[in-house]
Amino acid sequence: MASTSLDRKPRLLQVLDVLSALLMLGAIYMVFFYAPMERVMGQVQRLFYFHVASAWVSMAVLIVAAILGIVYLIRPQHKWDIWAVACIELGLVYAFICVTTGSIWARPAWNTWWTWDPRVVTFTILILVYLAYMLLRQGIEDPQRRARFGAIYAILAAVTVPLTFFSIRIWRTLHPVVIGSGDPSAQGTFDMTRPMLHTLLFSLLAFSIFGFTLLWHRVRLGWLADKVEQLRMKALGR
Amino acid sequence: MIQVSQLSKRFGYRMALHGVNLRVGRGEMVALLGPNGAGKSTLLRILAGLAQPTAGRVQVAGCLLPKQAAAARAQVGYLGHQPLLYDELTADQNLEFFARLYAVPSAQARIDELLVLVGLDHRRREAVRGYSRGMLQRLALARALLHRPRVLLLDEPHSALDLQTADLLDGVLRAEARAGVSILIASHDLGRVGGLAQRAELLADGRIVATLPKAKLGRKLPAHYARALEAANG
Amino acid sequence: MASFVSAIWAILRKDIAAEWRSRQLVTAMLVFVVLVIFIFAFTLDIDTLTRRQIAAGVLWTTFAFAGTLGLNRTLASEGERGSLDGLLLAPVERSAIYFGKTLANLFFMLVVEIFTLPLYAVFYDMSLAQPGLWLVLLLGSWCFCSVGTLLAAMAAQARSRELLLPVLLLPMALPVLVAAVRASSAFVNGLGLEYAQASLNILVVYGLIMPALGFMFFDFIVEE
Repeated sequence: MASTSLDRKPRLLQVLDVLSALLMLGAIYMVFFYAPMERVMGQVQRLFYFHVASAWVSMAVLIVAAILGIVYLIRPQHKWDIWAVACIELGLVYAFICVTTGSIWARPAWNTWWTWDPRVVTFTILILVYLAYMLLRQGIEDPQRRARFGAIYAILAAVTVPLTFFSIRIWRTLHPVVIGSGDPSAQGTFDMTRPMLHTLLFSLLAFSIFGFTLLWHRVRLGWLADKVEQLRMKALGR
Repeated sequence: MIQVSQLSKRFGYRMALHGVNLRVGRGEMVALLGPNGAGKSTLLRILAGLAQPTAGRVQVAGCLLPKQAAAARAQVGYLGHQPLLYDELTADQNLEFFARLYAVPSAQARIDELLVLVGLDHRRREAVRGYSRGMLQRLALARALLHRPRVLLLDEPHSALDLQTADLLDGVLRAEARAGVSILIASHDLGRVGGLAQRAELLADGRIVATLPKAKLGRKLPAHYARALEAANG
Repeated sequence: MASFVSAIWAILRKDIAAEWRSRQLVTAMLVFVVLVIFIFAFTLDIDTLTRRQIAAGVLWTTFAFAGTLGLNRTLASEGERGSLDGLLLAPVERSAIYFGKTLANLFFMLVVEIFTLPLYAVFYDMSLAQPGLWLVLLLGSWCFCSVGTLLAAMAAQARSRELLLPVLLLPMALPVLVAAVRASSAFVNGLGLEYAQASLNILVVYGLIMPALGFMFFDFIVEE
């Protein structure tokens, strides 16, 4: 990427900024005014739209980070690493939103802030795994080695996190399966009406676009930080 | 035996080596002179297959790096800052282990021969933990020679050695060179390796800045070489 | 292939011989495990039935922490900062180094398990005459060491590596621990293979994928 293109914000990104702001406002509007109140759960059910959307985006970007890891190991170019870090940071933030909204929802639904449900535990473990990723990166000075270890760790994480889910699911699950076949024993299940489905799909779209916009900003930040470092080395006469 | 052209090595944003060219022929002993941080260790580590070159062509014992690295490693003996021995094991066990890794033929005879050569024959059944610095370095030398390498790479081999061990080292190196082994010695001290090497390459800031032929390796350096070395050191 | 296997064997033998002379690592791990058994048995003041129910959990938590101790140590023995330089200089495949080190770690972990299991049997009232339990111990430890050796090799090249390893390893090894606890618990409580099957499957999958990833990635971890 040419350095001149970095200095100014790309046109498309400016468009995306505005678009994601509008979409997020639209999603909030739909959640509160378009979607009907759920009969059993009441207002707190409205969390569900953002809960599912953040879960989806975080899973998606973390899988992308693992794919970028494979790409980096085959073709070690710095840009893949910058994208991978951006993906993982974004995935962490969204995973955190997901667990927090889930916990708030669980209080009235399951009468507890916290359960040892596979999905809940998996997301918490996922947060711990990727926090460890950040610690690992912090501990390595050589940028190439940092990128290489980051790539390997992201791949390992993408393998172990699903296995964590399956290993815990052998215990009984409490979490409702809203889409697809429902487990009758799950508590807090509800039937989705059409407006609810519209709201959910719109939230998914809004969160994805917003997520991509954030990702792009983070990548630009990564490039700029890099450039600063290069200029610093030049100034120091290296 | 060693052919390096336009070798560069980058660590992050820092260039450790800049377009280095170097040739060491069969039976030649070459000193690599330069201050700390000039890139000597990096160059040796690349030649030993411990580090990857960023750019350039590197050939060691007829093998192209990094493609034929495993074949090259079989031909290279390397003596670095650390002895790379296991404290808990005896001298015997250490050498036996490395003989297995290198698949040395008739290993026991070779180990006996080397332990006599480095003068550790009488203490071969002792754990290395109790060895002095000089003894460790002698055993490390035996480890580096174990598989009869055609290329020897030594990184500051004389640092912190007692006189007796240093003389032993010089003698072994001369004999190896006579036997056709190519030797590259990194050092920051011309006085120590000047009498040994046939030629010296001056390395500063990752570049070869001068080559000193054998005739110029005496105690008194010609003024412009001294300046070059001083500039390199300072 | 022959040289690959003989390199693995040489590294394993070397590590065992070195440990046999000092007995530092295994002793430390053993003392640690015994201490934890006592502390758990003492602090969790519970009835016999509950005690038997939680035995598998206590067992694996202890082994996991002891295993982490061992993983930190075996790489530290390879040159300054666990650089593995001595092994990397040799004309052997990097992945052979990975498998040699993994097997050495597995060996030490199994030794500790064999010596401490009788204590568990006494304190937690469980029967050791269960081939199923032995299988789980072997499989679970293999999974743990295969991921642990990989992560330890990475942590060894970072700052504050002794602190970093557990943080990297424990969340990654969680599926192993969960599945191993389930399966062990099934055997200890006499529920049989049927109840343990699903967990055993997870262990087998993990125990195949992780070494495969280690085989592919170890080059990238040790290269400079």
